[in-house]
Amino acid sequence: MSNIETYNTAFKDTLEVDDAMLGADLVYQSVENWDSVGHMQLIAALEDAFDIMLDTDDIIDFNSYEAGKAILSRYDVEL
Amino acid sequence: MLDYDELFSLDPYGLNAQDKSLLYRRWLRDLSEHHRKLCVPYDRLVRALGENPAIPVRLFKEYDLRSIAQDDVAKTMTSSGTTGQRVSKIYLDKQTSFRQSKALSRIVSSFTGKARMPMLIIDSSAVVKNRAMFSARGAGILGFSMLGRDCTYALDENMDLDIEAIESFCERHHGERVFLFGFTFMIWEHFFQALRRKGKKLEIDGVLIHGGGWKKLADQAVSNETFKRVARETCGVEEVYNYYGMVEQTGSIFMECECGHLHASVFSDVSIIDPTTMEPVASGRGLIRCTSLLPTSYPGHILLTEDEGEIVGVDDCPCGRKGTYFTVHGRMKGAEIRGCSDTYERR
Repeated sequence: MSNIETYNTAFKDTLEVDDAMLGADLVYQSVENWDSVGHMQLIAALEDAFDIMLDTDDIIDFNSYEAGKAILSRYDVEL
Repeated sequence: MLDYDELFSLDPYGLNAQDKSLLYRRWLRDLSEHHRKLCVPYDRLVRALGENPAIPVRLFKEYDLRSIAQDDVAKTMTSSGTTGQRVSKIYLDKQTSFRQSKALSRIVSSFTGKARMPMLIIDSSAVVKNRAMFSARGAGILGFSMLGRDCTYALDENMDLDIEAIESFCERHHGERVFLFGFTFMIWEHFFQALRRKGKKLEIDGVLIHGGGWKKLADQAVSNETFKRVARETCGVEEVYNYYGMVEQTGSIFMECECGHLHASVFSDVSIIDPTTMEPVASGRGLIRCTSLLPTSYPGHILLTEDEGEIVGVDDCPCGRKGTYFTVHGRMKGAEIRGCSDTYERR
């Protein structure tokens, strides 16, 4: 699976969103499951999938699908 | 005005009294202006009580106090209350909620370090599973869980020890320093005492942070010293820090240091009020007044609690942290029961 596929799968599995929703409009609290509970599940899924550990500040700043891409690039995950 | 980037660039315990007082004068003026403009009931309170009034925490039960439009409410936090009590409603927008997480992270990492440690949550995952029933307790757990990794719940749905989960956590992280978090009474009752009853001793190298109120343990004559001793005896945990905080000022908590003092960080301040005159007192016991620079979505930046406390000192705690440090003596007589630990009723 390519990195972007892995990234998308984490969103789809934890937030129960479909492909059409993956994009700039997908931000924290824009869908029912992306609340503070869903957020920690998403982070855990991404960390497992890419074998990385985010700083707490990056977990807090990770507030959208797009912002997440920029954050992961700092952990050498190119999407 | 209200430049939060500036605030977050500061060392959380680096400001001395003089610099902090200058900073707070400026920030409180701007916060007051902000809330007066956007929250009509708050403006009325200022007109009636004078500049920077301390809002009694009970007012958040009686009134909907917010400084944002209904549409901008991202989350409504409710206080812990015993069955039948009315609960406070605290309205958060994205910005305030974001700042709360950030402040909590700054404060706690001053004790745990920046790296996220494996985390054992001394509570039941059921607390966060039911999103509809989300309360201060669930929010507290989730807020702290951003500071940990491999977050594992030590208790099952019935608040009984999940031995399997605990043992597998200890195995996975053997030799690592771990982070334990929970609410004071639940840790005492469902973790320490439960381990004792089972005759089980854990060997955990880690830091335990807990809060939520001492009332239930004070009723059983369990002191902070006893709590720490039993933490050592049952789990081997040497570093145990209590914190004082409330849902009305989530994030800017007051952490207990290595010397046993509760500390205000740059995000918050504390003073003691004589309940008969409502004036601040320099020494002795009184009502705790808490100031937090974080809230812009509701006028909760200066609160009058129903807790009794006492200032111990300013800037000169042997732990090295600057700022005011204090102790909490418990609830004022006649006050309502509140706090995640104190309101706990096993269902």
